[in-house]
Amino acid sequence: MAKSALLKSSLAKKYWMAFTGLFLCLFLIGHLLGNLQLLIPVSEGARDQFNEYALFMATNPAVKILSYLTYISILFHAIDGIWLTITNRRARPQGYVSFKPSTNTIWASRNMGVLGTIILAFIAVHLYQFWGQLKFGSLDDSLYTTANDQEVTDLYTLTIQTFQDPQYGLIWAIIYGFSMLAIGFHLYHGFSSGFQSLGVNHPKYNGFIRKLGYAFAILVPLAFAVIPFYIYFILEKI
Amino acid sequence: MGIFESNTPKGPLAEKWTNHKNAIDLVNPANKRNIDVIVVGTGLAGGSAAATLAELGYNVKTFCYQDSPRRAHSIAAQGGINAAKNYQGDGDSIYRLFYDTVKGGDYRSRESNVYRLAQVSGNIIDQCVAQGVPFAREYGGLLDNRSFGGVLVSRTFYAKGQTGQQLLLGAYSAMNRQINRGKIKAYNRHEMLDIVKVDGKARGIIARNLVTGELERHSAHAVVVASGGYGNVFFLSTNAMGSNVTASWKIHKKGAYFANPCFTQIHPTCIPVSGDHQSKLTLMSESLRNDGRIWVPKKKEDAEAIRAGKKKPTELSEEERDYYLERRYPAFGNLVPRDVASRAAKERCDAGFGVNKTGEAVYLDFSSAIMRYGKEAATTQKIDNPSDARIKQLGKQVVEAKYGNLFQMYEKIVDQNPYETPMMIYPAVHYTMGGVWVDYNLQTTIPGCYAIGEANFSDHGANRLGASALMQGLADGYFVLPYTIGDYLSNDIRTGAIPTDSAEFDAAETEVRERLEKLVNNKGTKSVDHFHKILGKIMWNKVGMARNATGLKEAITEIKELREEFWKEVKVPGNTMEMNAELEKAGRVADFLELGELFAKDALHREESCGGHFREEYQTEEGEAMRDDENFMYVAAWEYTGNPADAILHKEDLDYENIQVKTRSYK
Amino acid sequence: MNLTLKIWRQKNADTKGKVVTYQVSDISEDMSFLEMMDVLNEQLIDKGDEPVAFDHDCREGICGSCSLQINGEPHGPDRGVATCQLHMRKFKDGDTITIEPFRAKAFPLIKDLVVDRSSFDRIQQAGGYVSVNTSGNTIDANSIPVDKESADMSFYAATCIGCGACVAACKNASAMLFTSAKVSQFALLPQGEVEADRRVLQMVEQMDKEGFGNCTNTGACEIECPKGISLENIARMNREYLKASVK
Repeated sequence: MAKSALLKSSLAKKYWMAFTGLFLCLFLIGHLLGNLQLLIPVSEGARDQFNEYALFMATNPAVKILSYLTYISILFHAIDGIWLTITNRRARPQGYVSFKPSTNTIWASRNMGVLGTIILAFIAVHLYQFWGQLKFGSLDDSLYTTANDQEVTDLYTLTIQTFQDPQYGLIWAIIYGFSMLAIGFHLYHGFSSGFQSLGVNHPKYNGFIRKLGYAFAILVPLAFAVIPFYIYFILEKI
Repeated sequence: MGIFESNTPKGPLAEKWTNHKNAIDLVNPANKRNIDVIVVGTGLAGGSAAATLAELGYNVKTFCYQDSPRRAHSIAAQGGINAAKNYQGDGDSIYRLFYDTVKGGDYRSRESNVYRLAQVSGNIIDQCVAQGVPFAREYGGLLDNRSFGGVLVSRTFYAKGQTGQQLLLGAYSAMNRQINRGKIKAYNRHEMLDIVKVDGKARGIIARNLVTGELERHSAHAVVVASGGYGNVFFLSTNAMGSNVTASWKIHKKGAYFANPCFTQIHPTCIPVSGDHQSKLTLMSESLRNDGRIWVPKKKEDAEAIRAGKKKPTELSEEERDYYLERRYPAFGNLVPRDVASRAAKERCDAGFGVNKTGEAVYLDFSSAIMRYGKEAATTQKIDNPSDARIKQLGKQVVEAKYGNLFQMYEKIVDQNPYETPMMIYPAVHYTMGGVWVDYNLQTTIPGCYAIGEANFSDHGANRLGASALMQGLADGYFVLPYTIGDYLSNDIRTGAIPTDSAEFDAAETEVRERLEKLVNNKGTKSVDHFHKILGKIMWNKVGMARNATGLKEAITEIKELREEFWKEVKVPGNTMEMNAELEKAGRVADFLELGELFAKDALHREESCGGHFREEYQTEEGEAMRDDENFMYVAAWEYTGNPADAILHKEDLDYENIQVKTRSYK
Repeated sequence: MNLTLKIWRQKNADTKGKVVTYQVSDISEDMSFLEMMDVLNEQLIDKGDEPVAFDHDCREGICGSCSLQINGEPHGPDRGVATCQLHMRKFKDGDTITIEPFRAKAFPLIKDLVVDRSSFDRIQQAGGYVSVNTSGNTIDANSIPVDKESADMSFYAATCIGCGACVAACKNASAMLFTSAKVSQFALLPQGEVEADRRVLQMVEQMDKEGFGNCTNTGACEIECPKGISLENIARMNREYLKASVK
């Protein structure tokens, strides 16, 4: 029984949700640190640094393992979420005529499914836009020759150009900003919720975890969201 | 007819129970598997009995009208449970608990039963702790005690103000374990509507499935009635809305004697009635009297001003207050037994000193306790020269830790903050000491039919001490009945399953069905509650805290007339084959209308004042109860003969060999 | 005060239900909510209509029978109370009050506002006990000291009245607060620790079987719980279960 308990039970699904969610929080930090390099003023150096970083991320075996873990986490997190939404709907076949959850819950906690769906859509677009180009890109005009003479997609230029595009740049920035808002709300509930699911709840530390979660939910997505707008409005055009 | 013989074992008091256990017949484990026992009611007594009987190996069926055994009204008991553990080293002992209980009961209980109760009381605590009942503890990890009314030691174990809940959940968990093993089959939302006798023995019941309305036949080798007390005959009481006398009354009508129905406990600390709409009363635990001081204004003008809302109780100085219990009973003060405290409150209110709109309330004041605890806390926390406000704050914290849930409950109901202004309390019907007559084995006068817990009459005499109901319920259920029932069941090892297609079951079911149909087809004009409320008024005014012959005679006539009107005029909507709360109520009120009359008859015949039974004709000049041991030191057991008025009185004389019978004094 | 009541009426599990509107007048603000329901029922009986069926018993907030969803919240707008302790002073003259049964697949409807909560019983039967016989031949109660803090926390978990408000309030109809309170009560005491692993695994398994939803930590249960049972209990159950599963 103990074995199936870790796979099939309702609690197991909570653990996986929390575990993958918290892992993805770590990923966000890593990803953000990388992205912040885009704020460096335009120059050869900036371009080299970012592209070398991108290459490192794409080829380093340790990072590779981490990235696969990330993909799996996203997948698990999403599938678990869809499953949760379905079973939870089934748990109340006849709904209420009047139901006022706003009196006892925060909005984000009730809309994790919707927020998650927005985020998933964003991830798909985002991956197609950049990671997809890096892997399967055919943009002959923006290639980058690495330090060890490899020719790869010039991700730096691609990114900057996307957000500086006179026609679509601002739209992209707004889409990214909106998605970061969704992530923010998702984290606002999800961060401390993850700890609760894994059984970390102690009156002494709850306040700290909650505050940390709120700070994370606000600061990380905000920092992400700043980047496209910065590129569009402030960064020197390339 | 059954056997009216107490079956008290011979020998010295302290050895009776052990000797009896050694002497009674047992059923071997293999045979227990062939024996079925029905338990009606799943409170502390029924729940614990069912669990233990199932553990022993009997096949048990439990019945309760609630949707889960856990909701039986034992759950509402607040203050605590007594046990002669002497953990406090304050001189407690089995004998002292026995003595206090007999004295508290005003010498109207059976000595041997009470002694046994005191003997097993310690086991109850051991058992409950082993089951995981979270009793209050001290910082050292050991169990904490508090004191209760009518005693001079601290022997009450408690879990905040929710002791009954915790104990019942303990018994319920023991039941669950047996349900899981398949040894108990729980019939919830079922109400027993009659007992079935075969060859004079209890062999089963007719129960109504309250969801579908179907009548069901259940057979067994013995039937245990643990359906609680009949306080709801007063309409307003601290009992649950569904608490009823039906199971007890049905067995009474089939041959079980009903003992001392007039012994009813009016609890001194309940939240006063606020208006006609009131459906039930809420108790404030007696434990509050540990720390609360009871008073009314000394001057009538002040009482009147308070009633008119012109004055606040907090504006009255110490000199202007009459702490009447401390004044009248200096030795026990606010901790006098319940009957004494209730009558004293009534006396003050009747004299015009009541403090709420209706003039029927007295104050229970925590301000001195708050200051006392506050000072204590300041000392332990090494706070030098604390301000009054700081002391008050610390004191409130202590009081909150002790009684927080009760204070919150009070505030929700009355909309006043009891930390700031004194609580208002008034006596209300709470518990019935009377009940089905049982012998030492807890068997009624119907062979094979047992009664335990509040449903029987046995241990509390004319007045029950606080925190003793839980003790008795669990003692009966865990430690007494499971042994004594073996003595009877040992004759049934070859009987085999009792068939339910017999003529006796047919007859019982037909009788029940006809009565139910009569109720729904009556098409009268008045609701069940209409009659229940009138009955309650008659009972409260004429058979309540103070009774006299004239009033009781009137009550008997009025109840009889009301009963006749009920059967002509009652209106029960819906039909029998569905969930029908009105029909359930109608059946219960019909039984109360019969019991009420016997109740008044019993009160009329008992020409003395003792315990909860106070006859105005029999009191001292100071208004204290006057007992008549010469003529009334007996249990009045009534035999049903077709009409409550014609019930035949049987007397079980009470002999006190180990206790000197004295006038009860708490001065 | 005068009120408009919108009440879910349904004859039995097999028929369809609907909301029916009633008017009640002269309601005193000192009345409890259920006394207001009594007034309505008295009125319906007088008119020859069927009274509204609802569960209630002790009317002092401890038996856990009463279970009404009032204006979208279990036990109504007040906090820390069961329906029976809700008083009419929480409402205003002219208010419209919607009254529904607790809704969950695991709480099938019986009639009007009455639901079947036996799923809670079955969860407890699956392991919500300490396996000791009630022989009384156990060791002395004071031979196992229990630190006050654990005893108090166990008590707070054990104050659950099993009303089902946690399930009713939860958007997922999850019973985790209830189950975890039961798990915690025993897990916190040395007496219960012995079989803690088996208990938590079995109770959670039963909870899942009953068709309750899953917990997404919205916290609605804790807020609506009449006894204020803490979410800490759910975390404790999560821990206990994790510990038991990896063993």
